[in-house]
Amino acid sequence: MYQDGRGAVRGVSLAVGKGEFLALIGTSGAGKTTLLKLINRLVEPTRGTVRVDGADIAATDPVRLRRRIGYVFQGIGLFPHLTVAENIAVTLRLLGWPKPDIVARVSEMLDLVRLPRELAARLPATLSGGQAQRVGVARALAAKPSIMLMDEPFGAVDPLTRDALARDYRNLHDALGLTTVLVTHDVLEAVLLADRIAVMEAGEIVETGATHALLTGAKTEAARALMDMPRRQSERVNRLSAGAAVR
Amino acid sequence: MTALDPRIADALAHLPEYLGAHVMLSFSALALGLALSLPLALASINAPRLRWGMLAVASVIQTIPSLALLALFYPLLLGLSLMTKTLTGAQFSALGFLPSLLALTLYSMLPILRNTLTGLLGVDAAVKEAAMGVGMTRTQSLFQVELPLALPVIMAGIRTAAVLVIGTATLSTPVGQTSLGNYIFAGLQTQNWVFVLFGCGAAAVLALLTDQALGLVERLLGRRDRARVFVAAAGVALLLVAGGLTSLYRADTGYVIGAKGFPEQYILAALMQQRLNEAGLAATTRDDLGSAVIFNALAAGDVDAYVDYSGTIWTNTMHRTDMLPREAMLREIGTWLQANHGVRLLGPLGFENAYVLAMRRDRAAALGVHTIADLATLAPKMAVGGDYEIFARPEWRKLREAYGLSFRQERQMQPLFMYKAVADGEVDVITAFSSDGRISEFDLVTLTDPLTAIPPYDAILLLAPSRGADAALTRALQPLVGRIPVERMREANLTVSRESNQTPPAEAARHLWTAVSK
Repeated sequence: MYQDGRGAVRGVSLAVGKGEFLALIGTSGAGKTTLLKLINRLVEPTRGTVRVDGADIAATDPVRLRRRIGYVFQGIGLFPHLTVAENIAVTLRLLGWPKPDIVARVSEMLDLVRLPRELAARLPATLSGGQAQRVGVARALAAKPSIMLMDEPFGAVDPLTRDALARDYRNLHDALGLTTVLVTHDVLEAVLLADRIAVMEAGEIVETGATHALLTGAKTEAARALMDMPRRQSERVNRLSAGAAVR
Repeated sequence: MTALDPRIADALAHLPEYLGAHVMLSFSALALGLALSLPLALASINAPRLRWGMLAVASVIQTIPSLALLALFYPLLLGLSLMTKTLTGAQFSALGFLPSLLALTLYSMLPILRNTLTGLLGVDAAVKEAAMGVGMTRTQSLFQVELPLALPVIMAGIRTAAVLVIGTATLSTPVGQTSLGNYIFAGLQTQNWVFVLFGCGAAAVLALLTDQALGLVERLLGRRDRARVFVAAAGVALLLVAGGLTSLYRADTGYVIGAKGFPEQYILAALMQQRLNEAGLAATTRDDLGSAVIFNALAAGDVDAYVDYSGTIWTNTMHRTDMLPREAMLREIGTWLQANHGVRLLGPLGFENAYVLAMRRDRAAALGVHTIADLATLAPKMAVGGDYEIFARPEWRKLREAYGLSFRQERQMQPLFMYKAVADGEVDVITAFSSDGRISEFDLVTLTDPLTAIPPYDAILLLAPSRGADAALTRALQPLVGRIPVERMREANLTVSRESNQTPPAEAARHLWTAVSK
């Protein structure tokens, strides 16, 4: 809720299908992060219901809910006093997994996100930005969630690393049969990764559609303005490569 | 190589007892402070109002001068002790350990509270959100993420508290708790600078070592090396137990002889102890008790015997302003003490230690001053020096009224420095003690009191209520009654507190006994 009593998110109705990769895009302050956090109860709705696997989450224990939903976010939020292995194992430990199973799962997760196993004993402060993001993804996936919530997960890294991370994650999404909701302000990232895109503005979803459909024929002004951007950029890049003057 | 300075040897001989008691006291206070502060900090972390109130209270406590806080706990506990006695029949000792422990615990709380709260509030919001995101409960987040991350700040607070408590514990001596402060208080009274430096040095070394040990614990906690943390914790516990055993071993050793904080009292306490030992009775002395503490301690049975002065009991304890002839006054004091406190007055020792006004001999002669009455017209241009108590005592008020005295300045100082101050002309008159050897040492004259505004101050031996009928004790102490002339006492006082070639009080007591028992 904002101070004036307006919700950060209002009148939203959104369904995400099993195995789908949905991107939430929109300008800063549009309500993307709030909408995402409503799904794992980091934010509680004042009105309306959120269902996961058909069950109203208001009736479930928030702690247990979060343990079966993977969550990766902007600041990465690795625990600085825990090693890479302990960070990845944290949810498993909370779930009471036996120690040998945890050790095996950590190695498996390091392989999965393509990190060398030698990193296991290192502290987060000694990792590069890209490595830290991969650990964040590994931590979120360790407890075998079927749903992944990602909030600007690749924000703090250089473009090359970012591209590699994003593609690697999309492969994981497909291989593990995940349902992913990704919040990003990078339209190109959304276009390249997501099956479906929801465009938000001022707390509302103004348009939802398959990525291809939105790119070619967005109905609303807001969606068109956003979706045009990757195309305009690529056209400029093409002209540049052809030797033309830009601007 | 020359032999060890006897003062250093004396200091070393006391080290196990003083250090043991000091360690026991300060570590207990720190442990109790931690046990109270950490849960309080955790409970108030999400309640800003409670947090604010708590820090405000802790800050106010911190501003109370430590000596006063320590002294205030004694009457408070004494009242509690009497209450539990009437309610349950059992009584605990309100002297020494308990008041010191409580005061020091309160002192240790502010740094621990403040640093714990600062540390917890300073944990990165992203990390806290991550803790929620991975499915931690509020408590799990606190103990597995926030506390470990706040640990360096919390440990810094604990280390500050430790250094503070170890330093302040030296001030627990006047409420009857043995500590390294015993060196400092006794040293200041007897010009024994070796003792003063020894006490300060030992406290400083203890503080530094404790700080380092806590630093080690912190590093090990940071590494989450359970084995080593266990070893470090065991080491600290061992130190505590050792300290506790030392002080326990010293605690139950027969009769307790009290002494106020000046040389004559140390000598008399040592003398009584020696007489008891001679009679085959175990006894210890408790030096440097505050004037306000010692009588209550005797009445409560925490001290078995000590020497007070008739005028002090008359004016300060009985609140009498009238004057009686010496013998009549002694009789009345004896009756009153027995009736009101059950305290037995065994008898006067034979000398008087009165408040007397003293001046430099040449100065008094030049001004033609012989009696206190001669000062009346001169006083407005004069500065008077006195100990910490005199200017607040009823005797002083009475003296001023009787002679119409109004000094330009009243300066409080260590009795030790008083005689030198008047000899050097820093002050014109001092309120000297008539049994102090320094009156003749500095060639001072004492002024007579023609109006007898100041009561007599006969040294009197008092026994605790439970000891009044103790035949063994009275048999051992009875020979002291009427035995000590003032010249002998002056001599003994001087040997203990002169600037060079000092004698320890116990030694002076033996000399004194040899001289008077012939």
